[in-house]
Amino acid sequence: MAEIASLADAVSSLVHDGDSVALEGFTHLIPYAAGHEIIRQGRRDLTIVRLTPDVLFDQLIGAGCARRMVFSWGGNPGVGSLHRFRDAVETGWPVPLEIEEHSHAGLTNRYVAGASGLPFAVLRGYAGTGLPAHTASIAPITCPFTGEQLMAVSALRTDVGIIHAQQADRRGNVQMWGITGVQKEAVLCSERSLVTVEEIVDALEPRPGAVVLPSWVVTAVAEVPGGAHPSYASGYSQRDNAFYQAWEAISRDREQFAKWMEANVLAG
Amino acid sequence: MSSPAEVADVSADDMMIVTAARALAARRVCFVGIGLPSTAANLARATTNPDIVLVYESGTIGAKPNRLPLSIGDGELADTADAVVSVPEIFNYWLQAGRVDVGFLGAAQIDRYANLNSTVIGEYENPKVRLPGAGGAPEIATSSREVFVLLRQNKRTFVDRVDFVTSVGFGSGPGDRERLGLRGNGPSLVITDLGVLEPDPTTCELVLTRVHPGVEVDQVRSATGWDLRVADEVQRTAPPTQEEMVVLRRLQATIGS
Repeated sequence: MAEIASLADAVSSLVHDGDSVALEGFTHLIPYAAGHEIIRQGRRDLTIVRLTPDVLFDQLIGAGCARRMVFSWGGNPGVGSLHRFRDAVETGWPVPLEIEEHSHAGLTNRYVAGASGLPFAVLRGYAGTGLPAHTASIAPITCPFTGEQLMAVSALRTDVGIIHAQQADRRGNVQMWGITGVQKEAVLCSERSLVTVEEIVDALEPRPGAVVLPSWVVTAVAEVPGGAHPSYASGYSQRDNAFYQAWEAISRDREQFAKWMEANVLAG
Repeated sequence: MSSPAEVADVSADDMMIVTAARALAARRVCFVGIGLPSTAANLARATTNPDIVLVYESGTIGAKPNRLPLSIGDGELADTADAVVSVPEIFNYWLQAGRVDVGFLGAAQIDRYANLNSTVIGEYENPKVRLPGAGGAPEIATSSREVFVLLRQNKRTFVDRVDFVTSVGFGSGPGDRERLGLRGNGPSLVITDLGVLEPDPTTCELVLTRVHPGVEVDQVRSATGWDLRVADEVQRTAPPTQEEMVVLRRLQATIGS
């Protein structure tokens, strides 16, 4: 059963230096507050995993928490580059960052294989691209039934899966709705999991299209209203597009970035 | 058609968007990327193709946004969609299974066989510029029935050899897509700020078939990093109509609002 805990306690007991940590959220429901807590607790040498590392991963990278990143698209959506990510890859600042790079379809299927307890997943993908030559978790495979050449991706198994959802009940059952990305898979492919929620309620009300994670597959739940900001939680908040646009100027310069982190994350 | 808009008010990006929106007139299901493709697809929905099904990779199928999204996962897309599905579903059941007619892609570089790079400029291990990477593009390029490419044309973007193949166009020429087992037909239109290129049906090499108003063929040649092939008769794109520009400006004013 999931334990209801404070964010600080949950991060400190679940996330250790050197862990692999999937922090998922596809534009919607990005677990910013949990990521900021990881930064505050000074975790190091993490392997961070996400399809769409955006501003939160820029912050984790710039703060020196990550040694390796597994991803498929690293940008500030609709705005431009991630400058802290680029600085780490192009110049090794503040620490060199190893990358393992996929397409969305490929990394998604790594999550699916991990959640399914299989060693790999199969897709029509990557053929003719430069990615298999650089990414060891992609390999060609022949279909045993048709002889067709397909691509396999190895299962993703992370130490910790972290997501943000709208609600949990007092027993730790979690419900999220709207765009739900690969959050279910991120929890199910991980050894331990943390779900931050907008609200803990007495009873979850069934909603069309909602994803429910039963309490017994979740390790810890922390109530963190607004914990997805500047991302959003459908039914609770709107995406703060102005912040994403402002991040371009904040993140371009190392000192400016450090000052912003000091005032807005570390002081939190 | 209404009267043409004042050319002075039309930017090069507007011309790309309008051309792309017109090309979507007869298509049914379009997989949309953020930025210019999203603007073009919604312009098509407001003008030439009200019934077009817009699919965003966040899992929103049949999105009908009233305000243009800044990201592929803005709430407006989910709130107006026919269905919202998970990311594994959108890529496996919908894109991979061949349910998308047109995929829309941008890139940092393109070569004469419409192979696209959105990964790095320079060496992969030691990049001069680290770009965002593949996202949905490699599988959009291979599984959509056809692909429209949108990018600005100059010698930095139209290169003899892409630094990295993120998404396959026609590989190294005729027969490559078949050899690779790709199911879609590949890029059918490359729409730039100068004109339109289409692959030669035999050689697969991009051929300049259209130029936009005020653009000369020599200008396109000198904006291309290889010896550009030009159609015997190059057409000229009709300038945007007043209606197209009015709708486009209304849409652009809503981006990310």
